[in-house]
Amino acid sequence: MKRGALNVFASKKSLNNYKFKKNPSLGFRGLMKKSWWKILTVIILSYVFIWGFAGPIPAQPILHETARNLYFHVPLWFGLIALLFISWIYSIKYLRSGKVEYDEISSELINVSVVYSVLGFITGAIWGKFTWGQPIPNDPKIQYVAVAMLIYFAYLVLRSSFEDDQRRARVAAVFNIFAFVLFNVLIVVLPRIVNFSLHPGNGGNPGFKIYDSDHIMKLVFYPAVIGYTLLGLWISTIRIRIRKIERIISEM
Amino acid sequence: MQEIKALIEKEIRLEWRQRYALNGMLLYIVSTVYVCYLGFNVRVGGIDPITWNTLFWIILLFTAVSAISKSFTQERTGRLLYYYTLASPQGIILSKIIYNSCLIFLLSSVGFLVYSLVMGNPVDNTLMYWLSIFLGSIGFSSTLTLVAGIASKAENNATLMAVMSFPLILPILLIVISLAKNALDGVAWSVVQDKILLLIGIDIIVIALSYILFPFLWRS
Repeated sequence: MKRGALNVFASKKSLNNYKFKKNPSLGFRGLMKKSWWKILTVIILSYVFIWGFAGPIPAQPILHETARNLYFHVPLWFGLIALLFISWIYSIKYLRSGKVEYDEISSELINVSVVYSVLGFITGAIWGKFTWGQPIPNDPKIQYVAVAMLIYFAYLVLRSSFEDDQRRARVAAVFNIFAFVLFNVLIVVLPRIVNFSLHPGNGGNPGFKIYDSDHIMKLVFYPAVIGYTLLGLWISTIRIRIRKIERIISEM
Repeated sequence: MQEIKALIEKEIRLEWRQRYALNGMLLYIVSTVYVCYLGFNVRVGGIDPITWNTLFWIILLFTAVSAISKSFTQERTGRLLYYYTLASPQGIILSKIIYNSCLIFLLSSVGFLVYSLVMGNPVDNTLMYWLSIFLGSIGFSSTLTLVAGIASKAENNATLMAVMSFPLILPILLIVISLAKNALDGVAWSVVQDKILLLIGIDIIVIALSYILFPFLWRS
C-alpha cells in the first residue's frame, strides 16, 4: 500500500490509522504537545486554593469550616476515577493495537492514581478527625475504597514480576480491564447497598447536596474536579515522556 | 458447544486420573473445619450466627483460591501448546470456568455438610443458603479462573495469585456473606431479591469479561 496515494481498497479501519499517522496532534500524543491546558490547570487550581479558603460557604452545624475540604478530598477521588477510566481505555487500545505507547500511558496513569488515592485518604482522615472524631473510623466506604486501591497495588506487583516487556504489557492490560470493572462495583455499587455508613450518599444517607444549601460550593467544586484531573494528566504525561526517552535510549 | 463439552470431559478425566489433587482439596476443607471446631471449643449451644457464617465463607474462600490456583499450572508446557493448536481460547476459558464452578460447588457442599455437623446448624432458610453457596461458587470460580490465568503467565505464581485474588474477590464475597446471613436469619425472599440479582449480574459481567479477555492472554 503506497503511503502517498489514497488506496481505493483500504478499509475504513486502515483509513483511520492513516489519518492518525498523518496527523499526530490527535489523541494523547497531541495532548502532550500542547500547553494551553497546563496553563488552564494552574489557573483553575490557584482559583480553587484561594477562593476555596477565602470564599463563603453555607453554615452547617457539625461541619463548620471543614466543609471546605469538599474542594480537596472529593475532587481528588473524582480525578482518580477519571484517570483510571482513561487508563482503562488505553489498556483496551493497547490490546487491540499492540503499540507500546498505549501501555506506557495506562501504566503511568495508574501510578498517578495510586498517589492520588494516598492523598485522598490523608485528606479524608483530616476531615474525619474533625467531624467524626476519629481519622479512620469503622466505615464501609473507607474499607471498600481501601480494598479497591489494593487492586491497583496488586496491578503494580503484577507489573514488577515480569521480565519480558511485551508479556508484561499484555498481561497488565488484561488485568487492568478486568480490575476496573470490579473496582467500580466496589466503590460505587457496594457502598450504596450497605445498611450503615458515615459517608454522605452511602448507606442510606442523603448526598452532599443537602449541605450545599446556597449552591455556592458548586462554583469551586466543579472547577476543582477538572483542575485535579488535568493535574493528574499533566504529571502522568511528564512521566510518560520520561519513559519514552528511556525506551528510545535503551533501543539505541 | 461440542468443544466445551469435550474440554470439560478432559478436565474431569484428568482430575480423576490424578485423584490425589481432589482428595487433597477435600482433606483441606475437612481439616480446616475441624481446626475451627477445635479452636472454638464449641459447646452445646453453638457459636454466634455471624461468626458461624463468616468463618464458613472464609474457609470456602481459601479452599477456592487453593483449588483454582492449580487449574492452569497442572499441565506440562508441551501439552498447553498442543491445546493451543486444537481448541479455541474461548472454549478453554468457558470449560475451565464451568469445571471450576462444579468443583467449588462440590467442595462447598461437602464443607457445608461437615461444618453443620461439627459446628451446629443455625440456618433458618436452607434453600436460600444453598442458593448462596451455588451463586458464590460460580462467582468465585469465574473471578479466580481468570486471575489464575493471569498469574500463570507470570513468574511468581503463588504469591501473585494470592495478592491479586483477594481484592478482586471481595465484592462477590461481601454480597454472598450478606445473602447467606439473610438466609441464616430467615428473611423473606422479596427482601433479598436485589442481592441475588446483583450477584447474578456480577457473575455474568465477570464471565463475559473472561470470555473476551482470555484470548489475549492465551496468545503469549
